[in-house]
Amino acid sequence: MLLEKALAGEELAISRLLTKIEYFTPEGLESLQELIKRSGKAHVIGITGSPGAGKSTLISELISEYVKRGHKVGVVLIDPSSPFSMGSFMGNRIRMVGKDIQQNVFIRSIASRGNLGGISAEALMLIEALDGLGFDRIIVETVGAGQTDTDIVSGVHTIGVVSVPGTGDEIQALKAGIMEIGDVYIINKADKPEAEMLYEAIRFALSSAEINFRDGWVPKIVKTIAIKNVGIKELVDTFEEHLNYIKSQGLFDKRIKDRRVKMIELLLRKRVEDVISNIIKENSNYISKEINEKHNLLNLINEIYNDVKNSL
Amino acid sequence: MSQKRIKVLVSKLGLDGHDRGAKVIARALKDAGMEVVYTGLRQTPEQIVKAAIQEDVDVIGVSILSGAHLELVPLVIKEMKDKGLNDVVLVVGGVIPPQDVPKLKEMGVDEVFLPGSSLKEISEKITRAVEAKRGIKIAS
Repeated sequence: MLLEKALAGEELAISRLLTKIEYFTPEGLESLQELIKRSGKAHVIGITGSPGAGKSTLISELISEYVKRGHKVGVVLIDPSSPFSMGSFMGNRIRMVGKDIQQNVFIRSIASRGNLGGISAEALMLIEALDGLGFDRIIVETVGAGQTDTDIVSGVHTIGVVSVPGTGDEIQALKAGIMEIGDVYIINKADKPEAEMLYEAIRFALSSAEINFRDGWVPKIVKTIAIKNVGIKELVDTFEEHLNYIKSQGLFDKRIKDRRVKMIELLLRKRVEDVISNIIKENSNYISKEINEKHNLLNLINEIYNDVKNSL
Repeated sequence: MSQKRIKVLVSKLGLDGHDRGAKVIARALKDAGMEVVYTGLRQTPEQIVKAAIQEDVDVIGVSILSGAHLELVPLVIKEMKDKGLNDVVLVVGGVIPPQDVPKLKEMGVDEVFLPGSSLKEISEKITRAVEAKRGIKIAS
């Protein structure tokens, strides 16, 4: 019922369906199963980078540019959940005011809900659903990422890593983790004086790399000033170039298959982690006593492990 | 698998450049375990309702300090009705003269929070209103 209305393009139905999917309700999961049959067409772009790098502002401009080029754009914005209250303050949409009034734009915020790695099972499910609902360009904004939040790699076709001048030097650009995963490195706030230095640092890191780049694509560097809409056309051109490249290499469908495997992996992890958290919570007094008073490390680990196994 | 969390849109309606109160409320609702989407300053009724639809929020929270609440809030209510958001809670906060509270409630506002409302009271009343209007039970 909801699915039919969503497929007919009713915005409220789309939105309510996405909620059912992100909360794993039976109707949500059944609908997702139908939508997976239709999905696999959208170019999915992940935008990652540290908090405050300008990811949301950049995405706001990307939305307009993609709409101008005739695309139907779905956007998934992930912001962190509090580890204390499990609540969330999601402030990405504030940079996109007015963009959602345009036709063919659907923007959805989702809290990370305890998922680490920059992307969540729920977010991947929303991507799958939006793809199945006919959005042909899907942009995902990760939480403000740290150096090791690299799960996004298996979730999208193209990764844009946003860096800002003045937040690090050559050494940061040479490090493992987030500075290895970009298909496109975006130097935002490129009107800052240190922009040239950052450009050189990333260029050096890329040109000195002995590794084979993922799929043989040599990452590009694009400078933007998102707030002034500078460099956005070039950035979209570069994303499209990457899209054409992976299509030419037969990798477009492979990425979608990888994304679905990742979705299943994250879903299962979430379920198992819930079991572990519950067992720890329920037995915290006992566990604390065993480890702190009796120093009973080995038995304790085995005991809890068996508990977890039996509860699965 | 996950328990339902209340999702709230917090926004500033109309020409009003002061959002400290709205941010404090948004932050308090986050600390009460809600998922808050903050949309910031100078929103039109159309923009607020559009964001509420796409985010599928349980609650629209409107902060207004300009004194134009009796003019602008009905526009939000009309837009909500037009777009079919009949089960979404609408709360208004800000500098509202006490004599306007019954008027706002009569228009269809579920709760009005005046200066001095405690953050605990606000999150509790929002939770109760969501339970009543959306027919769900929120675990505390």
